[in-house]
Amino acid sequence: MRGPSAKGEWPGDLSKNDLSLMNSLLPSARIDAVFHMHDITKVYHMGDVAVHALRGVMLDLLPGEFVVILGPSGSGKSTLLNILGGLDVPSNGQVHYRDHNLTAASREELTRFRREHVGFVFQFYNLIPSLTALENAALVAEISENPLDPEECLRMVGLGDRLHHFPAQLSGGEQQRVAIARAVVKRPEVLLCDEPTGALDYTTGKLVLEVLDRINRELKTITAVITHNAAIAGMADRVIHISSGLIAEVRKNEKRVSPAELTW
Amino acid sequence: MRGSALDRKLLRDLWHMRGQVLTLALIVASGVATYVTMVGAYLSVERAQQEHYTRYRFADVFAQLKRAPNRLAAELSSIPGVSVVETRVVVEVNLDIPRLNEPAVGRLVSIPEGREPGLNTLFLRRGRYIEPGHQDEVLASEAFSSANHLEVGDSIGAVINGRWERLRIVGIALSPEYVYEIRGAEVFPDNRRFGVLWMSREALGPLFNMEGGFNDLSLSLASGASEAEVLNRVDRLLEPYGGLGAYGRDDQVSHRFLTDEIAQDRITGILVPSIFLGIAAFLIHVVLSRLVSTQRNPIGLLKAFGYSDMAVAMHYLKFALATVLLGTALGVPLGIWLGRGLARMYQNFFRFPELSFAVGPSLIFWGIAISAGAACLGALLSLRGVIALPPAEAMRAESPPQFKTGIAERTGLAQLTSVSTRMILRNLERRPWKVALTVIGLSFAVAILIVGFYFFDAIDYLVQVQFRTAQRDDVTVTLSEPHEEQAKYDITHLTGVSHAEAFRIVPARLRFAHRSKRIALLGLPPDADLRRVVAQNLDVVPVPSEGLLLTAKLAELLDVRPGETVTVEVLEGERPVRQLVVISTVDEMIGLSAYMEISTLNRMMREGGSVSGAYLSVDSDKLPRLYSQLKQTPAVAGVAVREAMLESFYRTIAESLRISTLALNFFACLIAVGMVYNSARVSLSERGHELASLRVLGFNQREISFMLLGEQALLALVSIPVGFAIGYVFCAGLTAAMQTELYRMPLVVNAKTFATSVLIVAVAAIGTGALLYRRLYRLDLVAVLKTRE
Repeated sequence: MRGPSAKGEWPGDLSKNDLSLMNSLLPSARIDAVFHMHDITKVYHMGDVAVHALRGVMLDLLPGEFVVILGPSGSGKSTLLNILGGLDVPSNGQVHYRDHNLTAASREELTRFRREHVGFVFQFYNLIPSLTALENAALVAEISENPLDPEECLRMVGLGDRLHHFPAQLSGGEQQRVAIARAVVKRPEVLLCDEPTGALDYTTGKLVLEVLDRINRELKTITAVITHNAAIAGMADRVIHISSGLIAEVRKNEKRVSPAELTW
Repeated sequence: MRGSALDRKLLRDLWHMRGQVLTLALIVASGVATYVTMVGAYLSVERAQQEHYTRYRFADVFAQLKRAPNRLAAELSSIPGVSVVETRVVVEVNLDIPRLNEPAVGRLVSIPEGREPGLNTLFLRRGRYIEPGHQDEVLASEAFSSANHLEVGDSIGAVINGRWERLRIVGIALSPEYVYEIRGAEVFPDNRRFGVLWMSREALGPLFNMEGGFNDLSLSLASGASEAEVLNRVDRLLEPYGGLGAYGRDDQVSHRFLTDEIAQDRITGILVPSIFLGIAAFLIHVVLSRLVSTQRNPIGLLKAFGYSDMAVAMHYLKFALATVLLGTALGVPLGIWLGRGLARMYQNFFRFPELSFAVGPSLIFWGIAISAGAACLGALLSLRGVIALPPAEAMRAESPPQFKTGIAERTGLAQLTSVSTRMILRNLERRPWKVALTVIGLSFAVAILIVGFYFFDAIDYLVQVQFRTAQRDDVTVTLSEPHEEQAKYDITHLTGVSHAEAFRIVPARLRFAHRSKRIALLGLPPDADLRRVVAQNLDVVPVPSEGLLLTAKLAELLDVRPGETVTVEVLEGERPVRQLVVISTVDEMIGLSAYMEISTLNRMMREGGSVSGAYLSVDSDKLPRLYSQLKQTPAVAGVAVREAMLESFYRTIAESLRISTLALNFFACLIAVGMVYNSARVSLSERGHELASLRVLGFNQREISFMLLGEQALLALVSIPVGFAIGYVFCAGLTAAMQTELYRMPLVVNAKTFATSVLIVAVAAIGTGALLYRRLYRLDLVAVLKTRE
């Protein structure tokens, strides 16, 4: 199901038939956008087969907003995240982060971009097993110009009493919270979370979402969470549905629901 | 078919890990190649020796004497245990060789006309046997003729009884007596300036007043005969005739060198391949362990599908065996190729009618079996885990590895080091065994290189001490018979001689308790400057005015200590027997010697100021004229030119040593590369995920390379001193193993040797690091976000 007309939620002044035009104006291109993606396509070549992961995506991310990107597997949401995070470049189209053009950036420029502006939270935490919680955060602080206090970050995610524990001594939820602390210690402009609760049970998952919510509110970090768990959508400012490489729907929540009130 | 699907997986795994498989296979190949080369060479030489000895009837007992009548031969034959007796005339003369300035020494050995000698038969390489009646015909030894480019039909000049004679070479021959053709107590062969010439007994006898007599004896023993008993009886029979003491094969110079060489090859042929294969086994274990842990999932699946534990274990064992198979497929031909080269090199020193490097199927079988055994050993430890793993557990991911705070924290180093350095330290601390084995492997590479270079250090030092510090003469002149002191003054007045020092040399037997040894007693002037006795630490040891100074090895063989009295039985002239006190010993590196002051020796011999020869210091530009004078002096039995001898040595022995060391060093490099590459490659596969996620977090290529390669660099750094220690111990072991009567290798390892070894390993390590650096560039960052390793 990909036709926007079925939902009838597009702004009225736009032609419901002109899908790409609609995509280009949704959300409206704002001058204060931190990220600006224009007509992004991404084609992977796997042997003789060309896989069109993204087919003309238009998207802006605004300061301090919490975005949930929903979509089934294979919809292109991970590709979108990779391009936003500077792990990949689009085949066509333009990506801008403030005044940086990420479209034509070299590997080194992308690395610097990630280093200075992006915090990543992975589904499987990816902590360094040989480092304690505090050291995992400190490791990133060491390469940042103006980092937060790693210990403070761990307190913020509720792990003030687990500073010197190694990953193997922490539960999954705790590991993910260390990963969040590690991601925010560099004061990133944007926090990109790929299925942050995917490997966690219901209770711990909610705990992690609370932490993300708090970080977003307190540090004003743009937070993009990709997930296939639609229940999470309630805590976002905006919810973006991706399907078959296109933005199928953008919904703005009137009011963000506290993660504690989410159920699935 | 279930086997074939698994085998396809095997092939893909092998291809996927081809870098590691190849380095592993190369180390296995090194082990197999060295095994095939060294054991093959030792077996080939041993076989050639046996064939040569049997076929050409190498004698068992040898004796030299002044002159005995031929009828003594019958008495010698009747000694119980004696099988064949062959009497000969053997004399040394000065030769004039075309295109050679210096006089050479020819040892003329008599052969019967018209029949083969009963013992020490000759193999005729080219030309023909001497013909009766042609008194100027000789057969020349192959080593001598090829060193001097002499061919059948060439003539050489010889001073025989004061007259120039022309000798015509009619054949090139080899004898089991002169497989290693060396003169007297020398250590290095100098085939240009010393050679054996076989000549008709009928021609040689009259020239040296030996008609109806002989001065050299060889005999063979009947099986079961007691050599000691026969030696005793021969000595008693020869004593009235100036016998110099009979000896068995053990003291026959050529046999001794050859046997020592074979013994050494046997040791290295076992030791060196063991090191290589031990390292290969360890690496197979490391690589396979890693493969198994990355393939927990497939292992669980296979087991869940109903594959037996054995079938799964076999699958991984085949991985190890395939590696070994590749290694042996490379190693066996390489070993045969190197072995052939080694055999060719041997032929420059050891002259056999035929020395073919032949590798039997059993050698190859054992080469493969030993490597396969090493691989299985390496695989076994890794595979225990595969067998024990229940399918359900196998399909779950491994829990995160346990770490704890370690040495950095305990020592307070943590505050000083960056977090990434702490990562390196903790990774090393978590696997002390792996670290230890990697360090040992790398140290062995350093150690093998040190051993390779050590031979040069030792030989340089030996040459330095013996031929530059102890012997400082330009030319040594030996007289055919002891002469009155006047001879020294005659020598002094030869052209170009600026300084001469006389010496007296006397054959003698030293006895202490039940032990005895035939040696040469060397009498030197008290203020000797051209020939001194020098200890290994370069101290000049004074020759005592009374009593004896012994080479430490000789004292050890006699079990005599300074202050004790030995019996000296002189084997020349009036054959006096004296009791002499051993004053001191000196750790000389060459031969077995006993030194006295020349006047004391003269007194003991009840002779005036007799001299056997002189050490000369000569103006170099006058050397050619001196040579031509010496060539024509009948009283001169031999002339040794120090620099020429050293030059010949460096050209032959040192050159072959360089080649074999090069091969050894190449293999050591393979170990270094294999060790570093595999160790880093395994770390990369264990930590690639971690490193990729750090790249995602914004770490750059340099920073993550530091985390991975820093660990390897630290290991390499630790390996250097360990390698030094192991290398030094190896050298010490070799030094001890090579303590023969003929020479003792000094334990000298130069700083340059350590430095070069480290440099080679460092270059190998850095090269490998560069290879991995490129690989880190290709880390898949995107996969990290989704997979759980």
